[in-house]
Amino acid sequence: METIRDTWLIYQRSLTLSLRNPIWVAFGIIQPVLYLLLFGPLLNNIAKMPGFPPGGAFNVFVPGMLVMTALFSSGYVGFGLIDEMREGVVERMRVTPMSRVAMLLGRSLRDVTLLLAQAAMLVLLAIPFGLEINPGGVAVAFAMLTLIGLMMSPVSYILALTLKSEDALAPVVNGVTVPLLLLSGVMLPMSFAPDWLQTVAKFNPLYHAVAAIRALFNASYGDSEIVFGVVLLLVLAAVTITVGARTFSRAAS
Amino acid sequence: MSGEPIIETTGLRRVFKGHGGEVEAVAGVDLRVEAGQIFGFLGPNGAGKTTTLRILATLLPPTAGTACVAGYDVAREADQVRKRIGYVAQAGGSFRESTGREELVIQGRLFGMSKSDATKRAVEILAALDLTEAADRTCGTYSGGMRRRLNIGIGMVHRPSLLFLDEPTTGLDPQARARLWEEIEKLRESGTSVFLTTHYLEEADALCDRLAIIDHGRIVAEGSPSDLKREIAGDVLTIGVEGDCDKIMALMRAQPFVREASIEDGMVRLYVDKGDQAVPIVLRLLDSNGMAPSSMNLHRPSLDDVFLKKTGRSLRETAA
Repeated sequence: METIRDTWLIYQRSLTLSLRNPIWVAFGIIQPVLYLLLFGPLLNNIAKMPGFPPGGAFNVFVPGMLVMTALFSSGYVGFGLIDEMREGVVERMRVTPMSRVAMLLGRSLRDVTLLLAQAAMLVLLAIPFGLEINPGGVAVAFAMLTLIGLMMSPVSYILALTLKSEDALAPVVNGVTVPLLLLSGVMLPMSFAPDWLQTVAKFNPLYHAVAAIRALFNASYGDSEIVFGVVLLLVLAAVTITVGARTFSRAAS
Repeated sequence: MSGEPIIETTGLRRVFKGHGGEVEAVAGVDLRVEAGQIFGFLGPNGAGKTTTLRILATLLPPTAGTACVAGYDVAREADQVRKRIGYVAQAGGSFRESTGREELVIQGRLFGMSKSDATKRAVEILAALDLTEAADRTCGTYSGGMRRRLNIGIGMVHRPSLLFLDEPTTGLDPQARARLWEEIEKLRESGTSVFLTTHYLEEADALCDRLAIIDHGRIVAEGSPSDLKREIAGDVLTIGVEGDCDKIMALMRAQPFVREASIEDGMVRLYVDKGDQAVPIVLRLLDSNGMAPSSMNLHRPSLDDVFLKKTGRSLRETAA
């Protein structure tokens, strides 16, 4: 009970602070929108090539952009935490009896909220380009984006609590997110990749997430990637949240 | 000494593993702090003050030894300790983009207060700290002194019986510092025990009921500021003499209240227990032996003399 209450308190506080500078929320969506405008149109021709997954070009491309948004938007949340740490906020809260899980979860749920807002904007912007949507599929896709956020944002917080400096955090976050992105088939479908690269990609949870969200946008609800992706993300999010809460409770010096 | 201990430690140690091997930041600290006092931890930067404070505030587990704070073990009963203490870190605690009121309210809520209780308590604290007008401004717009007051207010929201303050006045101008000292004294008057670290001699002297001087992770001296100064150096009485110093020396050495006597620069230098009481006695003695001093100077040793005697270094130099 107290965990839920504390999570809600931290969620409210974090969201209020984020909305005080809404410009950053808008910034988070600039990159995927640029891809949508400047890269998306290239796909219309590629979509006719053999090996391109089923569905229109934007039904293949937008799921990738959504995963990219989720990855970057939650991957960089650690920077905000370092800012708070520097002003003693984290330490101050660690000397209260509040739930340690709430310290993490309140913030991660804020991150997910912003991420879903960005994702909604992206989907709406893509409809004029030819994105076809079905409400059920989009709903499950957004649930999967929530799980990606709940998996990645704790990773960013763990790194922030461990590294304690923006200078150290930036290259590490890049080093984690860029390979995850490249190996997920966001830009071009992994079906174009050589066998070895496809094999490597299968170890990337985001590869499965992208495949699942593409299936959802195409209303292929029987695709096994959907269940697999949801279960995989659930397990991974549970792991990162557990480790993250533990890191919050013993964040030393 | 009467009273309940609010802090009691035995053999407290903390070792950090660094690149160059192990560093013993706290090297066996035994401490007993009575409730209702302002207790100061005085030492240069890097002496182990903050590390000790962080262990006592449940932020850092000790490598060895035990610490009991407000009646509970910091390692095994951290939650019980946390309910009873407030902690204000050197870094502060308030976020520059939150308002003072927001920070006070959420702090109260995190200690389990209802929304209306936390709101009421915030109003109370803002008024007590003279921050009512700034309540709804973001902390980033506060002056240094206001921000420190707010941070102390945040630590006080749940009415802790013990408040930890890590270098509360570092970097403040003299007025803001004096203002903060007043607030800290008010805390004691209201029955709150205060444990603070400082590397300012004046602060330790003016504010603290008792002190521990710490250097290289060890407590080198402990007592009230006046006890410490008396115990270590005694007061210093210098007597200017025309003529024969040796006679005076012989006379003074025979007195029970004189600890040490020496001749420096043609002056007789006496280390005495209680200078203010010694002066009239010395005068009478000289008079009855037909000796007239040309000058007399009573100098009370400072805490820096104490630190110098205990560590071989001056705190003024190391703390620069």
